[in-house]
Formats: sequence, structure tokens, C-alpha cells
Amino acid sequence: MSGRLATSYGQDMALLNTPAKRWWTLVLVVAAVALPFVLEDDLLVVLATAFVAAIGAIGLNIVTGYAGQVSLGHAFFLAIGAYTAAALSGDPDSTRLIGFGITSLPVWLLAAGLVAGLAGLIVAPLAARLRGLYLAVVTLGLVFIGEHVFKHWRDLTGGVGVGRPAAVPELFGLEFAVDGAMFTKAQKLYLLMFVLLVIFGVLARNLVRSRIGRALAAVRDRDLAAEVIGVDVTRYKMIAFAVSSFYAGVAGALLYVMIGFVEPGSFNLALSVQYIAMILVGGVATISGSVLGALFITLLPRLTRELPAVLPFVSSSSTAGGITVFQVEAILYGLLIIGFLIFEPRGLFGIWIRIRTYWKAWPFSH
Amino acid sequence: MTATQTRPEETAPAPPPVLSFDDVLLEFSGVTALNGVSFTVEPGELFAVIGPNGAGKTSIFNVLSGVYRPQRGSVRFGDHELIGRKPHAIARLGIARTFQNIELFSNLTVLDNLMLGRHHHHPYGVLAAFAWLGKARRNECANRLAVERIVDFLELAPWRRMPVGLLPYGVQKRVELGRALAAEPKLLLLDEPVAGMNLEETEDMARFILDIRDELGLPIVMVEHDMGLVMDLADRILVVDFGRPIRTGPPREVAADPDVVRAYLGEQHRIVDRS
Repeated sequence: MSGRLATSYGQDMALLNTPAKRWWTLVLVVAAVALPFVLEDDLLVVLATAFVAAIGAIGLNIVTGYAGQVSLGHAFFLAIGAYTAAALSGDPDSTRLIGFGITSLPVWLLAAGLVAGLAGLIVAPLAARLRGLYLAVVTLGLVFIGEHVFKHWRDLTGGVGVGRPAAVPELFGLEFAVDGAMFTKAQKLYLLMFVLLVIFGVLARNLVRSRIGRALAAVRDRDLAAEVIGVDVTRYKMIAFAVSSFYAGVAGALLYVMIGFVEPGSFNLALSVQYIAMILVGGVATISGSVLGALFITLLPRLTRELPAVLPFVSSSSTAGGITVFQVEAILYGLLIIGFLIFEPRGLFGIWIRIRTYWKAWPFSH
Repeated sequence: MTATQTRPEETAPAPPPVLSFDDVLLEFSGVTALNGVSFTVEPGELFAVIGPNGAGKTSIFNVLSGVYRPQRGSVRFGDHELIGRKPHAIARLGIARTFQNIELFSNLTVLDNLMLGRHHHHPYGVLAAFAWLGKARRNECANRLAVERIVDFLELAPWRRMPVGLLPYGVQKRVELGRALAAEPKLLLLDEPVAGMNLEETEDMARFILDIRDELGLPIVMVEHDMGLVMDLADRILVVDFGRPIRTGPPREVAADPDVVRAYLGEQHRIVDRS
């Protein structure tokens, strides 16, 4: 806040209200756009997946971080988005699977978000009656119901072990999921996901700084006081669930575009926990924290995959004995959640704030 | 009904009361919290409710703001019946309150807490919020201007951007008052505004309460234990004990009432005539 004077409330409330924020945002955007021409394709795919996960994490952070409604059901809403998109853009002539042949990305992406958002709205009344642990358990139930339905509804999902192709990303005749003359598939997907993350990130940031975002925080901090000052608590819990599920639906649709295939068994509790880990590690109730957390958690497997070469007791498959890299990952998620909750509850975002204040005050310690 | 039992009949037609609380019965499975409590609040009046601990003072407030639903009686605010309305709907009608134990949103800044007080002023929907530019930005600026006036009025400027959880107790009480004022209420309910405050903080708060009544002309209902403050500030006082009304009247009359002295102040305690 040093060295600046806002001369209007509009200026004061702007997202990038300091020169430093404007410069760093510019640097970040330029770096992100330059990356696909520097990095290898497989790393670009991981980064693009992380961008998509970030959209999903922002969604979870809106309902859990901002509105304080603990949800373990995120995987369920991701699934709804993934299947809506896959079915809409699926082959209409297929005898095995439901398909409508609508491959236009804006259409199926919006539809995926809206259908998931609607599902969130249907679940929301539960949140109006339950809180804390009880809500967590009920949303956990959703994941199990979803898993069961998706495994058995073969016309939609293709069944366990078979699955179905993910949505086809096509924008005004431009195909993203195939190698082109100028750009590879990975480069195109990376840039697409980056643009989408920026769009959904800015929209979410707008929401949380508005009266809606404040009302959500009020519901989280003290719901009785919120009600007495005029915030309709039930309505805002519903808004939180609807918006969160919308983001989850969008993320679900895009996530499987990256993988190429939707496997009905993948929408399980572990997926929900991964998203919880993202917002806890990144920073609860911050949008940039959600992005940091998603990057961190998605890039983590890239590091653990290197472990078997370094540590002899870690193996890359379950037949080779010892513990597998997947188990190491699961343990790491747990350790990270515990570690951050105890040592830095504000997550990576909190660490960043601490570094920033340190350098602001440098060379004085306070 | 019970309008002005203690006032002589006036010749000019009096303006209708802002609030009339009429014969309210509130029970919690066998425990009677309020029994036959009635009072009215006139325009611009500072009305105080006193009574021993557990007498039902805060229950009156919780009935007023819709947190409790009484079994019998009526509460009329202007042309509206309040009983049966949800708390957020009552807030929208123009009743704002503070709480005995501070109920601020402690993770949010002073500004955000005050902005929340204006939740139903200049509203806009979810889609406008996503877009920000246009309606949302315009309305936020309008609300911010109103909030900054409250910041000036209550001298909160030094703490504007601090999370309220970090502020001293007296300042938090003031922020809570500010959040209620930010709603531009037609009636203000203060639940023990100086509870737990030191002398200096109490004097500050008394000054703000008088300013609110004199400058904004706002009718106020106040629950308070600090007898000195109540005797000095209130226009009329209602004394309750065990959920029943004992006496309503101007401070001096109430303090001299033997029933009130017995119920609340104790036999030995006599209020010295301040004139």
C-alpha cells in the first residue's frame, strides 16, 4: 500500500490497485504465454492439467473456503461436468453410448457447468440444515452414490474399465486435441486452458470481492449475525453450492479433455480429497491460493515419479515390492494437509504474504 | 392498548409509535422468558430496558429481531407485524441491532464489516457480481461512500483496513455499532453497548449514542446494566423481572418506584436525585 494514493473508491477497489501488482501480473502472463515455446510437450500437458484443476479448486474454495461449508462431494460434481460434456460432444451415431455430436467448446463447457450447478442447487438444501461434520458426511455420500451410478449406467459412461472418450474441444473450426501445422496438441491445450483459467479466475475474484462474497464470508464466520443484519443465510448457502458446482462441472469437462478418456471409477473419494488438499495447501478463501495449490498438487506426482531412481525401497509398480509411488503420493497428501494445517493454515498463499511483508520491511525485521 | 400509560393524555394527536410490543409471551419448554411484556417506542425516543440477569431483556431483542418466535402477542413496527418474519426480512424492514457479546465477522476488515451492514442497500445479483464492471462497481462505490461517512462519524478511520478480530474490545463494540448504523435503520437496538468497557470507553460510547439520537433522530431501544448510563441517557425506562414488566416511565419515576427498587436495585440502593 506504500506510495500510492487512490483518488476514487473505484480505483481503491480495483483488482490490480498497485503498480507492483500490475507489473507482476504482466510478468506472470508473459511468462505463462512464453512457456509452451520453451518447455517439452509432456510438461505442458501437466501444467495444462494443473490449470484445469485450479478452476476446480477455485470452485471448492468458494463453497468451503469462503462460505465455510465443508464439501467432500467435489468429485461428484466434477463427474457430472465430465459426463455432460462428453455426452454432448459424443458421436451421435454410436450404438454403445449416448452422444449428441455438439463439439463446440463454449456450448458443452457452459452446459457442463450449468448441469453441475443445477445438481449443486438440488443438494444445497441439505447444507441449509446441516453443518460441519454432518454436511461433510452427507456430501461424502454423494460421491458413493455417484460412483455407483456411473459404474452401472453404461449408456452414459461406458462402464468400468471401458469408459468413454472425453469431450471434443473445438472452437470455431479449430481443433485443440490434435497436432496442427503450427502448434502441437500440447501447446494448443496449454494455451486454451491458460486462457480459461484466467477467465474463470477473474470472474471468481470479482464474485468474492462483491457483496455476494462478503455475504458468504459472513455466513462462514457467524451465521446468526449474518441473518440478523439482513443476509438470507439459506439463499447464500445455495448460491455457494451452485457456483462451486458450476466451477467443478467446468473443471470436470476440461480435466478429461486433457486425459482424453473418462473412466467411471475415477470419481471417488480420493479425487475429492485431492481437491481438499489443493485448497488447504494453497490457501483457504483465496483465489490465487487455489491456483497455487492446484499447481503444487498436480505437479507433485511428477516429482514422486523420480523417486524409484533415488530411493531403492520405492517402486513404480505394485508387483515390484516395497511401497509404490502411488502410496508415496497418498502419504504425501496426508502429510502436506497435516503440515499446512499445523504450521501454516493460510497455506502457500500465507507463505507468500510473509515473504512479501519481509521484503517490504527489509532491512528491518518489523 | 398499553401505549403511554405513564404519560398524561395529550391534546394534539400524537404521531403513531415506531414500535409497539404488545402482550408478548415467550416460553422455552416450561421456562417462561417473557410474560405479558408490552411497551411502545415513540419517534426519536431513547427507550431503555433494564432488569436483573435473566429477566428477559435480551429475549425481548431476540423477539424483535426474529431470532425467537413468541407463543402469544404482537410486535408491530410501523405498519408491519414482525412476528413470523425471518430475521433477514426484519433487518430489511429497517431494524438493526448490536449484540451483548460482539458478533462481528472477525476475519473481515472494518470496511467489509460495515459494507455487510449495507447488504440490502444498492443490491445486485450474482451475474452482475461476476462481471463487476457496470452495476456491481457502481453500487459498491455508492455503498462505500455511505460506509466512509460512518467511519468518520464513529472515528474509525485508523482501523479501516484491519481485520476486526485484531482490534481492542472497545473499538470492536464501536465497529458493531457502525455496522448497525450502516444499514440506515429506522430503529436501532443496542444490547448492552457499554458492557465490559472502562470508564473512558463508556463515555465515548455514551457520546456516540447521544449523537445518533440527536443528529440522526433515530429511535433507540437499549438494554444496559450500567445504571448511571441508563439514568443519564434514557427518555423512558422499562423494568422487567422474571419476564414480567414491573414499571415503565421516565428515569426519575422508575428509580423511585419501590417495586423497582426491591426487584432490581436492592433495598439499600437509592438513586440520588441528580437534579
